[in-house]
Amino acid sequence: MATETTHHVAMTLSDHLPVLAILVPFVAAPLCVLLGSRSLTWPITFLASAASFVTSFLLLLSVIDGGFISYHIGGWAPPLGIEYRVDAANAFVLFLVTGISTIVLPYARESVKSEIPERHHTLFYACFLLCLTGLLGVAVTGDAFNVFVFLEISSLSTYVLIAQGSYRDRRALTAAYDYLIMGTIGATFFVIGLGMLYMATGTLNMADLADRIADQGANRTVRAAFAFIVVGIGLKVAIYPLHLWLPNAYTYAPSAVTAFLAATATKVAVYVLMRFLFSVFQPSFLFEVNTLEFMIIPFAILAMFAASFIAIFQTDLKRLLAYSSIAQIGYMLLGIGLLNESGVAAAVAHLFNHGITKAVLFMGVGALVLRSGGSFFDRIEGMGKLMPWTSAAIVIGGLSLIGVPGTAGFLSKWLLVQGALEKGWWPIAILVVLSSLLAVIYVWRIVEAMYLRSPASDIEAKEAPLSMLVPIWIMAIACIYFGFATDITLTASHTAAQGLLAGPVGLH
Amino acid sequence: METNTAILLTMLIPALATVTNIVFRKQPNLRDGITLAAAVATFLTVLTILSNVGNGTTEPLVLFEILPGIDIAFNVEPLGLLFAIVASGLWILTHIYGIGYMRGNNESHHARFFACFSFAISSVMGIAFASNMFTLFLFYELLTLSTYPLVAHKGTEEAIRGARTYLGILIGTSIGLQLVAVIWTYAITGTLDFTKGGILEGHISGPMVAILLALYAFGIGKAALMPFHRWLPAAMVAPTPVSALLHAVAVVKAGVFTMLKVGIYIFGIDFLAETGASEWLMWLAAFSIIAASVVAMTKDNLKARLAYSTVSQLSYITLGMALATSMGALGGGMHIAMHAMGKITLFMCAGSIYVATHKTNISQMTGLGRIMPITFGAFLIGALSIIGLPPLGGSWSKWLLIVGAADTGQWVMIGVLMASSLLNVAYLLPLVGRGFFLSDPDAEPIEGMAESPLLVWLPPAITAIGCIVLFFFAGDLQDFLSPIVVPN
Repeated sequence: MATETTHHVAMTLSDHLPVLAILVPFVAAPLCVLLGSRSLTWPITFLASAASFVTSFLLLLSVIDGGFISYHIGGWAPPLGIEYRVDAANAFVLFLVTGISTIVLPYARESVKSEIPERHHTLFYACFLLCLTGLLGVAVTGDAFNVFVFLEISSLSTYVLIAQGSYRDRRALTAAYDYLIMGTIGATFFVIGLGMLYMATGTLNMADLADRIADQGANRTVRAAFAFIVVGIGLKVAIYPLHLWLPNAYTYAPSAVTAFLAATATKVAVYVLMRFLFSVFQPSFLFEVNTLEFMIIPFAILAMFAASFIAIFQTDLKRLLAYSSIAQIGYMLLGIGLLNESGVAAAVAHLFNHGITKAVLFMGVGALVLRSGGSFFDRIEGMGKLMPWTSAAIVIGGLSLIGVPGTAGFLSKWLLVQGALEKGWWPIAILVVLSSLLAVIYVWRIVEAMYLRSPASDIEAKEAPLSMLVPIWIMAIACIYFGFATDITLTASHTAAQGLLAGPVGLH
Repeated sequence: METNTAILLTMLIPALATVTNIVFRKQPNLRDGITLAAAVATFLTVLTILSNVGNGTTEPLVLFEILPGIDIAFNVEPLGLLFAIVASGLWILTHIYGIGYMRGNNESHHARFFACFSFAISSVMGIAFASNMFTLFLFYELLTLSTYPLVAHKGTEEAIRGARTYLGILIGTSIGLQLVAVIWTYAITGTLDFTKGGILEGHISGPMVAILLALYAFGIGKAALMPFHRWLPAAMVAPTPVSALLHAVAVVKAGVFTMLKVGIYIFGIDFLAETGASEWLMWLAAFSIIAASVVAMTKDNLKARLAYSTVSQLSYITLGMALATSMGALGGGMHIAMHAMGKITLFMCAGSIYVATHKTNISQMTGLGRIMPITFGAFLIGALSIIGLPPLGGSWSKWLLIVGAADTGQWVMIGVLMASSLLNVAYLLPLVGRGFFLSDPDAEPIEGMAESPLLVWLPPAITAIGCIVLFFFAGDLQDFLSPIVVPN
């Protein structure tokens, strides 16, 4: 694979793209607070997110065919200085995260107005920007400790964002508190793991860590570090038995926050997991292969079935989708566990495809909540007639969630089944398609409720405002577009998978 | 017109009709008129493709590449063209019938109904012209999804339950089994293109061939092979035009069409014959033929009886493929057209009786034949064609299937086909006899009852004549289809 490196001293603006993607929202957040103007907050937030999106897109273009960009913060050379390292895997994640935030923000404007008192808007958007910064930072950095720092930035701001749902439903406070506890335990585990790695190797730069772990081989400290890190990130990913924080957090957070987090936060965590599994530790590390085969894959399959099964019986649409997310994370973990190119590519592709799918669904539900006053099934009955555009978009999202051909969700499932077959694990391939059938059941509960029941008598809903419909439909069209125009997803996910599976690429 | 442009148009025109149905939902005459024009235009476009066939083959029409080696692509081959002609030609008649039926019956949501109907036709065209298994699968799923609202149309508890069964079985089998088969095929051959002589030979052997065939055969739920046939009777809650075109022609024929495509172009008839992988399928199809006929006899509801009759007749086509001889495959292909013409006649007659008298059960239809002679006359002709008596179209396809069975020395299969004809007589003809010759002493006076409206009785009369016409053109049809079994 061709590798390219950039100069230690960056000369032009385009050389600074990796840091700009993070820096713009990071600077915009305090700017919002300092200006303190309610009318300026939203435009600043949106512009920062859009600028970050453009930056990420440029980054993706420059690495989509392989290679990576290494950027040294402040010109300090790694491993001592902090390195940002962009390759196909994380450029794709940056593209997803900034894309979702840029599309969710116009939607958020109306939704946030109805769910959060106006005096909190400035702080809300500042938190949103910090959360964005954190997620992007986690993805872009090549320094293990830096991952922890950004993870905390995103987590702390996420707790605040979720708690904002308390103006609609007080349970948002306990949901945020639960997540705070669980998230903190996760972060602690993660940092303990990092400490052990530092003890064993004396470095925190990921590429350097990888080289040194490979040199010294596995010992007890490294194994313990591995376990701590996997569990720590696993909490953030919501790997099946560590998922307890997720349903409440997604259900009670403000609609726009749910749409943003569901599409990005767990996806970034999945990326970090892959980075550590494949780049820092290597698949040749036997302990890791065992962990994947005997822990991650069984839990992934459990998630695919158990969480889908729980989703079928939910009475709250948001909670149903939250459980569905846990099940879908199972697919990504399964792809990772397959340890072959198709499998890992499936994980990367699903990370993206599921991101846009869940964005449509949660935004659509948010629009229903705005008009009908709740996300319980009895509130959404008959909405197909009252809010035809929103409902149609939800159906498209639902089809993509099932993985009907011609939608984005289909592609990742195809890759996943192919990966399982390549490995000769055909029972797993069959389990993947069988679990999709559970998705048919819960998606069809939504369809039946929206189209075949009559609305509750007290609901006089009209179609959602245009500022919400347009973002919803951009995402719905993306669900179909990426079902046909697969070259971006496929190229990026295959390049990413090759890059990840190639193991560490040392310092240059 | 270029063939490739025409292929696109056959899908775009019905899709546009979907849009016009939604846009003009408040103006029924304009809306139905445009849809009728679209139906005629689609049929003419398909005929254009037919007239182009002699001008040498063209490159397939490739729209997108989905995965390396897998495109959304279309081309013309005899089986697909036949399917397209049948479906688009009968769409015109069914649409006329549908207007009469929906208005005569005061059904609700006309615009939604015709919009979904047009979209289903668009998907059928995609299936007919698909040049690889992936494209076919895509449109196969679209067809399921677009017909779901039609089955649930009435919105009653019964309709919702029926629609749930419909979707559950069709999506369940297609994603749970067919998709696995498709990905498996792709994983071992690296292609999914429909190729003469099949693509699997040399890539798979032993019992795995039979397993892969089983994944396809059961995965193609639309072919209603037992035990995955229950969706078809469940779909009968839909308004009759839906049962007529979709559940006697378009949807079920899409199923057996896919079955034939898989047998001929994925496995290859010779490969199936060599490995004997399809033998079990032949026996299962034979069982399906007999068992469904027996169940049909027990049904008093006319549409349910016809539905089980369809289950039985579809297995003729599966049997034709599973015989793994060229005559069997030809007979199966021809039966697509013959059965379509006969069964749509029967369904439209059932609907016509319902519109005129609101009767659904055979036991209530005593003496109706004298009031509705055209409807019952058409029913008789359709029934005779299904049974397979000359001078009606159905006799030829059955003939070819029997020749195919004789070719391979499957004498039992000949017995099955014969027995099935007798069973057809037993469950189809009593209605005609009851209608014309019996009179019910307890029946209420039947004043005011008359033949159904013109728009409702005319289409079945035309298709009944079609059954007769097909008898005389069977030779041409066979010549037209024969390239599918001639090796390159």
